[in-house]
Amino acid sequence: MGSYIPAVEQETKQMLAAVGCETTQQLFSHIPQEMIIKELKLPSGMSEMEVLRRLTEMMEKNKVFRSIFRGAGAYDHYIPAIVTSVTSKEEFVTAYTPYQAEISQGVLQNIFEYQTMICQLTGMEASNASVYDGATAAAEALAMCADRRRKKALVSAAIKPDVMRVIETYCHGSGMEVAVIAEAEGRTDMEALASMLDDGVACVYLEQPNFYGLLEDCQKAEQLVHQTKAKLILGVNPISLGILKTPGECGADIAVGEGQPLGMPLSFGGPYMGFMTCKSDMMRKLPGRIVGETADAEGKRAYVLTLQAREQHIRREKASSNVCSNQALCAMTAAVYMAAMGPEGIRQAALQSASKAAYLAKELSKIGYTRVHQGEFFNEFVTAAPSGAKKALDALADKGILGGLPLDDNKILWCTTEKNTKADMDRVVAILKEVG
Amino acid sequence: MELIFEKSREGRALSILPACDVEIVMPKECRAEAPKLPQLSENDLSRHYTQLMKRTFGVNDGFYPLGSCTMKYNPKINELTAALPGFAGVHPLQEEDTVQGCLTAMKTAEKYLCEITGMDAMTMQPAAGAHGELTGLLLIKAYHEDRGDARRTKIIVPDSAHGTNPASAAMAGFEVVNIPSGEDGCVDLQKLREVCGQDTAGLMLTNPNTVGLFDKNILEITRIVHEAGGLCYYDGANLNAVVGIVRPGDMGFDVIHLNLHKTFSTPHGGGGPGSGPVGCKQLLVDFLPAPYVAEGETLRFEQPEKSIGKVKEFYGNFLVMVKALTYVMMLGREGIPEVAKHAVLNANYMMEGLKDIYKMAYDERCMHEFVMDLSPLKHKTGVSAMDVAKGLLDLGIHPPTMYFPLIVHEALMVEPTETESKETLDAAVAAFRKLYDMACEEPGTLHEAPVSAAVRRLDELSAARNPRINYYAAQASSSKAKAKKEEAR
Repeated sequence: MGSYIPAVEQETKQMLAAVGCETTQQLFSHIPQEMIIKELKLPSGMSEMEVLRRLTEMMEKNKVFRSIFRGAGAYDHYIPAIVTSVTSKEEFVTAYTPYQAEISQGVLQNIFEYQTMICQLTGMEASNASVYDGATAAAEALAMCADRRRKKALVSAAIKPDVMRVIETYCHGSGMEVAVIAEAEGRTDMEALASMLDDGVACVYLEQPNFYGLLEDCQKAEQLVHQTKAKLILGVNPISLGILKTPGECGADIAVGEGQPLGMPLSFGGPYMGFMTCKSDMMRKLPGRIVGETADAEGKRAYVLTLQAREQHIRREKASSNVCSNQALCAMTAAVYMAAMGPEGIRQAALQSASKAAYLAKELSKIGYTRVHQGEFFNEFVTAAPSGAKKALDALADKGILGGLPLDDNKILWCTTEKNTKADMDRVVAILKEVG
Repeated sequence: MELIFEKSREGRALSILPACDVEIVMPKECRAEAPKLPQLSENDLSRHYTQLMKRTFGVNDGFYPLGSCTMKYNPKINELTAALPGFAGVHPLQEEDTVQGCLTAMKTAEKYLCEITGMDAMTMQPAAGAHGELTGLLLIKAYHEDRGDARRTKIIVPDSAHGTNPASAAMAGFEVVNIPSGEDGCVDLQKLREVCGQDTAGLMLTNPNTVGLFDKNILEITRIVHEAGGLCYYDGANLNAVVGIVRPGDMGFDVIHLNLHKTFSTPHGGGGPGSGPVGCKQLLVDFLPAPYVAEGETLRFEQPEKSIGKVKEFYGNFLVMVKALTYVMMLGREGIPEVAKHAVLNANYMMEGLKDIYKMAYDERCMHEFVMDLSPLKHKTGVSAMDVAKGLLDLGIHPPTMYFPLIVHEALMVEPTETESKETLDAAVAAFRKLYDMACEEPGTLHEAPVSAAVRRLDELSAARNPRINYYAAQASSSKAKAKKEEAR
């Protein structure tokens, strides 16, 4: 059996004697004895070598694809070597939330740098230290906008389905009303949006690019939303902001998103991280941890958890959110990724992801896999699958390629990143050509 | 030390991506300016983070008795198994037949954790303890709604509870009823009976509670709530004290969350990612978040009939769960109860070594942690719980949790965990005793502590009053203020 308890028998005896007990079982003698369990129905403990063998066997039941053309919320971007190297440093891995600022300046400064970088990327002014993922970030953003008069959120039908479901769950809890803005040809229907806006609407949530990879008319949405003094929340893909117009430039009040593309492996869905940024006038409504700059007793610059009057440990049921643990190490991953890529690297990742999608879409259309929607897209797009999605995807899977996500029997949502080479894409097209 | 932005030099870069092998297509609308991200050589970047690392204190650096946080050793094998390419490289939306390994890991972890807690089913979706609380409360809400009982709008929370409990209840749309603890630090049964009624949706409780005591009346407590028609929620933050000894399910709880980053040894990462699975009894199974891993010829995802929906994208912090599974497999049925036994022994041993000089908030056998009340010391010497905590920093020990629970004044909450040796505990006791002597003899020194950390005590007040939370925004506002000043002159 494995154990991480250092005490040997003699020491245990000495310690028990010091506390006036004869056995460790006696330490629980004040607990109602009828509840004490005899033995857990678990396998016996194992050595490290056996556990590693078992889990390796388990892992081998998964299929790891060499080439991935699926996104839909989880993106296979290249992760620079330094990212993993930095984020596996044991000090960062094994620390708790930096309550004791004097011995946590490393973690605190890193979060401050993260907050600054993510604001640079989104064009916003304030950021928290992260939340659980992109979906909970969107749900928390909606809650930031609700007040006594405005209790309704309008959410585009063209957002990621998981984000929609999380929003619905959170809003059912809080009592915020959610109304869905219909989509028209894959994009948010702006006429529908205009007709739904009134004084009861607190905020409007769109994604840019949206679930189908299409670019929304954020300009138009901004005009409409702000006319009624509601808030505009944009859910964005952080890599796309290496090149695309930022939420800040679009006039968004809050920008959130899934941070996974910034250096986190696919990991069957987690841990990822949610980023939350906003204009400075909404800073005090942000949920979760925020790090601020201050000085120590000698006037030296230093960092500390700040604006804590918003938080659950102070405000309890009146807090802006219940967030305590967030995804700190994932936020650090994102920071190291952004620093490693730099402005030019992240621009390249964005441009290459989009350019490869354009190439793949063009090549696929030549064999009958034509796009379902019109207009501009980023690195995802939907095509028809003339012989059925399943047949096409099975043929690719046989060759070690994870094709796009089947949306129904005859539609596929494709995704490319800088990792997909021209040769890989040509191979996809060749395989599908055979399928028909 | 310098910020990464101050080390940046235009034109420096790493060599990460190849040139694009297809024609570049520019979007119609691009951002006007490039983001001001740092530009460093790989060497400088690497050194920057090494510098930050040296200004960070983790469990790996030393004793970390942070009460209620269970800062036990984080086994290295956990990191290895979670990084296996067959787990880390799997897309969450792959077809079910290609992810049987992941589903097996999820199902196995669920079964083991259900056995440990006495629950019937569990979801791995919640990403942290507070997220688990919200999920569990939404299950309670759905249960009452499904029965057509709209009156149950109140959640009872003891005043000793973690702040996340009332905050989660509010997020789930409940009204919070705070009940004061009895003089013994436990639930006041009379008060509980008074507030329980037809509007009670449920009770949230930590047992052992936040003062480190096991509530002996637990069966009576859960019975009172059940008789009133409410459900009982168990906050698993303190499970380390009783894991393998007693089970929340046997105490009468209907729904629980676990903190895998506490009891089950996964690291805290400086504030996450954690994992907060929620387990429940049969009566709540149909409401669990979707999807749920179901057994059959192969494992597959299923949508529970009356699911509350999703609380997170995909399936939760999967790799954190793999780490916890690794830990349970290592310890097994013999090793798990040893955890609780030694966690409780270590806490009592430390308490015994301190109680002749430090006042214990509750002077009786504690579970995995104990709370000291430093108000007599403060009264006598002017040295506060904060001063003692900061003094510990200079002695290489991470301070206990300060000023919590709120029902104890000048509280220091000490949780040594089972992975610390007798020598470490003896040294920590000696450190606390040394600080007590210092408080009596030279209190001024402790007001000044720490002196050996990277920085001295911080001005938290001005940080909150004039928030500077973004380097470039703060710079811009400083230069604006400067310009204004000069103009005025």
